[in-house]
Amino acid sequence: MNGKLTAAIVGPGNIGTDLMFKLLRHSASVEPRYMVGVDPASDGLARASRLGLQASADGVDWLLEQDPRPDVVFEATSARAHAASAPRYAAAGIRAVDLTPAAVGPYVCPAVNLDVNLDAPNLNMITCGGQATVPIVAAVAAAAEVPYAEIVASIASRSAGPGTRANIDEFTEVTARALEEVGGAGRGKAIIILNPVEPPMIMRNTVFCAIPAGAAEPGPQRDAIEANIHAMVGTVRRYVPGYGLRADPQFDGPDERWRGMARVGVFLEVRGRGDYLPDYSGNLDIITAAAAQVGELLAEHLTAEREGSRA
Amino acid sequence: MNEHPAQHAAASGTQVRLTDSTLRDGSHAMAHQFTEEQVRAIVHALDRSNVAVIEVSHGDGLGGSSFNYGFSRVDEFDLIAAAVSEARQARIAVLLLPGLGTIEDLRHAREVGASVARIATHCTEADVSVQHFRAARDLGMETVGFLMLSHRTGPAELARQARIMVDAGAQCVYVVDSAGALILAGAQARVQALLAEIGSQAQVGFHGHQNLSLGVANSVLAVQGGARQIDGALCALGAGAGNAPTEVLAATFDRLGISTGVDVQGVLAAAQDVLRPIIPRMPVADRSAIVQGYAGVYSSFLLHAERAAQRYGVPAHEILQRVGEAGYVGGQEDMIIDIAIQLAQERNDEKTLQPL
Repeated sequence: MNGKLTAAIVGPGNIGTDLMFKLLRHSASVEPRYMVGVDPASDGLARASRLGLQASADGVDWLLEQDPRPDVVFEATSARAHAASAPRYAAAGIRAVDLTPAAVGPYVCPAVNLDVNLDAPNLNMITCGGQATVPIVAAVAAAAEVPYAEIVASIASRSAGPGTRANIDEFTEVTARALEEVGGAGRGKAIIILNPVEPPMIMRNTVFCAIPAGAAEPGPQRDAIEANIHAMVGTVRRYVPGYGLRADPQFDGPDERWRGMARVGVFLEVRGRGDYLPDYSGNLDIITAAAAQVGELLAEHLTAEREGSRA
Repeated sequence: MNEHPAQHAAASGTQVRLTDSTLRDGSHAMAHQFTEEQVRAIVHALDRSNVAVIEVSHGDGLGGSSFNYGFSRVDEFDLIAAAVSEARQARIAVLLLPGLGTIEDLRHAREVGASVARIATHCTEADVSVQHFRAARDLGMETVGFLMLSHRTGPAELARQARIMVDAGAQCVYVVDSAGALILAGAQARVQALLAEIGSQAQVGFHGHQNLSLGVANSVLAVQGGARQIDGALCALGAGAGNAPTEVLAATFDRLGISTGVDVQGVLAAAQDVLRPIIPRMPVADRSAIVQGYAGVYSSFLLHAERAAQRYGVPAHEILQRVGEAGYVGGQEDMIIDIAIQLAQERNDEKTLQPL
């Protein structure tokens, strides 16, 4: 081992290809070595091969025959495919970073809870909307009780692939659960909207957190919420440079129309880095960027572990 | 009474099914505050007037109760169950927007007795509804597809989208004029295009709004173009300037010899005596509502824009104009706040730039 973690990407579509470019261009510690698909005619496999990866259309069977096997596999296929492959990766001792909604392993958002899951054999990247909004809910929940959090993710139609479209309930259900389990909300709700406008709209996310009435009034708790949100945006920007606020957090006192709840509203924009996909598709960028960041942190962790065991 | 000249003018003997959406689209105008007692009274009046289908849901469909769209006062499944128990002949329909509501919500609605699933997508995004149509059919529900903001795409593309819904299991697909922006021939051409594409396998419907006061006229042209399901709401209660009024549709269709089976006197009484005392204001084509039709803005944005206008001190019609320019679609109510903040910021900047 040259100090780098070796990686395979399974699924040579848009997500897998963008992730490959991110690792090749920006990663100091993860080396993408294998690209795996099932269609010999795949553009993604041909592109990976041109860029020096070993590419194969013979699926996970082929990958598991390789010597050396990769340290980590990034899964960019479908929930069903990952559910089938996950036990095989685990048996082979390969860490899995899952970009599908299969949720075999714990939900992970690098800005929030990666440190507690670094030893898990399988990490799930939630959803694009989850990567954008869970950090904000966690930031608010660190300063005030959040009995309910709701997010609206708006993405350009062109950036919503057939997998997302065929199973849009998976997005709303997985994201809502992550708002609770990782964000710390009592109850989560997620909404996704596809907008076909031309030129395509940049990904937008709105987060509404119910907060105690006092936290919506000017004072130390409100200041803490605001400071936490700004700090969290800074943390996410380290691995998603196009992530930012459209406006300062908006606080509203208790309202009868909201069942007496007070709330803070946070308006986000996610501009993609344009590594492979166009910059409006911040939804695809944020999940590949988050997965690449997980790779970085895993590499640090595993290297430290190996050095520790050598010592 | 029977010797009305218009009777001979059109489509005599045509059968059309009216679906009343007072308790779904009208929920927008009520800020989703319907009570169970009100639902029972309205369903009772519609059902006894032989309205065939009554839609009951949050205005934004199942699961719509939220910060973004407004919370329902009463759980919508309780309202659906009340409607089912009140109806003798009418079938109870629910609306579902994929991305907002889920198959789980649909299953719940079915359990409490809803029998018609109306699945709505933006007019160019029908493929997000495939799993929901399949689920609805598996649940034994009648299915209706809703292509929202139909003015945003042409007849040919709209027909392609209707095809996707029918292949997934839709038994009828509606041209939905969510912005009240379609004008006469534009409405009819879309209905005809859908009919040509799906007519051998499914019906075509039309859902009209009053923002440019054309809801009823567009509905008549839709029927003459081949639509066999038409939506209305009592007193036009609905988003924007409201829907095509059920009672006006029933009266007009009767005069045209278009058979709906609806008792005209019954729905007139339902509108006047049952609904009017319940509603805080009659829908009206005021400046903001007309701007919605004119700029092609989703009708249910109206009250949200008025609230944001109040909160941020900017005019609602300017917000709606800007929403239209940005091309926001149904469900993006959060963008209204975003725009109001931007407008307030721009006004602030202008003030500070002015010399003393």
